[in-house]
Amino acid sequence: MKRVIALLMENQPGALSRVVGLFSQRGYNIETLVVAPTTDPSLSRLTMSTEGDEKVVEQITKQLDKLIDVVLVTNLSESEFVERELMLIKFRKDSFPENAFEESNVVSKNDEVINVQVVGTSSELDTLITEIEGSNPIEVVRSGSLGISSDKNTLSIEN
Amino acid sequence: MDKSNKSGAEALIHSLHLEGVEFMFGYPGGAALHIYDAIFNQNYVDHILVRHEQGAVHAADGYARATGKPGVALVTSGPGATNAITGLATAYMDSTPIVVISGQVKSNLIGTDSFQETDMIGISRPIVKHSFLVQRAEDIPEIVKKAFHIATTGRPGPVVIDVPKDLTDPEYKFEFNYPEEVNMRSYNPPKEGDTSRIKEAVDLIEAAKRPVIYSGGGVIQNDASDELIELAKLLNFPVTNTLMGLGAFPGTDPQFMGMLGMHGTYQANMAMHNADLIIAIGARFDDRITNDPKQFSLGAKKIHVDVDPASVSKIIHADIPIVGSAKECLSALLLEINSRDLKLNESDILEWNKQISTWRDAHGLNHSLLELGPQNGKILPQQVVQSLYKETNGEAFITSDVGQHQMFAAQYYHFDKPRQWINSGGLGTMGFGLPSAMGVQLAFPESTVACVTGEGSIQMCIQELSTCLQYGLPIKIINLNNAALGMVRQWQDMQYGGRHSSSTYENSLPDFIALAESYGHVGIKVAKFEDLEAAMKECVSLKDRLVFLDVDVDPNEHVYPMLEAGNAMDHMWLGKEEKTWK
Repeated sequence: MKRVIALLMENQPGALSRVVGLFSQRGYNIETLVVAPTTDPSLSRLTMSTEGDEKVVEQITKQLDKLIDVVLVTNLSESEFVERELMLIKFRKDSFPENAFEESNVVSKNDEVINVQVVGTSSELDTLITEIEGSNPIEVVRSGSLGISSDKNTLSIEN
Repeated sequence: MDKSNKSGAEALIHSLHLEGVEFMFGYPGGAALHIYDAIFNQNYVDHILVRHEQGAVHAADGYARATGKPGVALVTSGPGATNAITGLATAYMDSTPIVVISGQVKSNLIGTDSFQETDMIGISRPIVKHSFLVQRAEDIPEIVKKAFHIATTGRPGPVVIDVPKDLTDPEYKFEFNYPEEVNMRSYNPPKEGDTSRIKEAVDLIEAAKRPVIYSGGGVIQNDASDELIELAKLLNFPVTNTLMGLGAFPGTDPQFMGMLGMHGTYQANMAMHNADLIIAIGARFDDRITNDPKQFSLGAKKIHVDVDPASVSKIIHADIPIVGSAKECLSALLLEINSRDLKLNESDILEWNKQISTWRDAHGLNHSLLELGPQNGKILPQQVVQSLYKETNGEAFITSDVGQHQMFAAQYYHFDKPRQWINSGGLGTMGFGLPSAMGVQLAFPESTVACVTGEGSIQMCIQELSTCLQYGLPIKIINLNNAALGMVRQWQDMQYGGRHSSSTYENSLPDFIALAESYGHVGIKVAKFEDLEAAMKECVSLKDRLVFLDVDVDPNEHVYPMLEAGNAMDHMWLGKEEKTWK
């Protein structure tokens, strides 16, 4: 089962390398990792997804929490949450599968290639990739999962 | 407070002074020279010049373990920093509070592969509790304050402060302000124990028929030995200590079963295997304890007290997890026990203690080996430890290196007090013994400090003999010389058909007596059992000299008991031909 962990960390040099280093150091397999500053510029939010079992995820969250630069950690998969990922796909113009996309998906085109963007859950994007395989996309780029809880809970130092 | 203008280097040393640092151990070099000049111009902090940076960090570590106060080491950039790495990893694995300050190349040279540049923050990252790269000289006081706070609170650990040379420039001065307290939104170690489950823990204690108290280094780090003893005495439960926890419960107390684990006593391992309740305090169920975790003490409920939430249920599921410092949690347990009309299964516990005595009588360690005299004309290494115990009245600080001698010291020197036994348990660092003894001896100049070592380990940091002469450190080096890497050889005997691949020296060992003497110390050789006790007496009686006691011991001796790999704790080798299973 895919699990999504989100954390807030100090937005300062070295913080990200501590988080990333922890995964290889402890032998955790991470599928996706996304990081960006928050509206509070002193903090970055990092979201990762992993296939680990419950025990492994518990260890990951505990070990992350131990890092001095990590302010808050939450396992979003513990309750209802929304997971979304962005994907960009490049097709040759002559093999673009028009029926698979809306006009609004197209983000750039020229005489040779068309780029589209799609937002969805990771599994929706997985399905889409299988469906368009016949059109031979020449490049597929995925952002990795973002997550947000479905209820009023927020990952914030204000709480 | 002294708010006068200071350079970064002066601010650094003054901050250390304000943290109560008496000694720092180090080795100068280009990137650290501004700092060394600031050391020269003050009288608060004594600098001890080691002969290799590994020695500096181990010495700071030994000081920290013996005193409970943070140890400090200072190294230069590049090779100075990389030489400190083994010491940092040693402190990290055993959770000791040290602060290592490394010089760094000038800020504008970072990343350019400049002379003696290495990414200290990067290479030390997995083996530090935290690290700081100083970016402004004005930040130095606050960073030092934070570093000491982080190193000493929660689960202690090493902290690195990497200081680029330009930020210690004597020409640049700023107003010195030392913060009175630390506020870090991202670091709030538990101050009080999570007492919500204390009641449930005491319910389990009341229900227990075959309980064991299993305590580790956390009890020593947290100065919770008194509370541990009070709890054990109140309940009359048997106690075992990990290698790191020896001394937390008196080694000579009849309730003490000895060390447990890989080379633990028969009775301690049998008790763990057959228990119905394990109360783990400041211990982390590491692989040298549990053997195969899937077969570990299957009939026991586990109460796990630890200050590090990540340690709880990491290896072994805790039925009652209690996150908090050993002292707070033990006090809470005692409070709950004393507040109820405690009903223990006294007759079952009496029976259980009898069973443990039966195990002890059957296969416990023989603590009277000296009376047996020479064995096949040779001195047993265990006899040397017993002789040391006798001549020091069991009151010496004992440091050790890593290998058979370490296990013999742990098994045969009964540690009655916490912080008396100082060894590298987690990382298993050969070379730790002598430099860590320097830190202990500096902190306790009047006490006997003995380093139990072997001819393999002692050569890994033997250069520190020179440091010991410079600062007059009268350490007693007890070299159990079996002319082989004993533990390696033991494994080769047991698992590799006796093929001693690279575990002997082919007559290349130095004359340790001449070597000690050339460093200006006293060397005493013991080759015959008959000379052992007199030589040990002389060694211990030379209060103001370092003595290198080189004892030829039986090279064929193995450490027993020894857990059989990949099995339960009741599967032990008890001798070369004797084992507990069929």
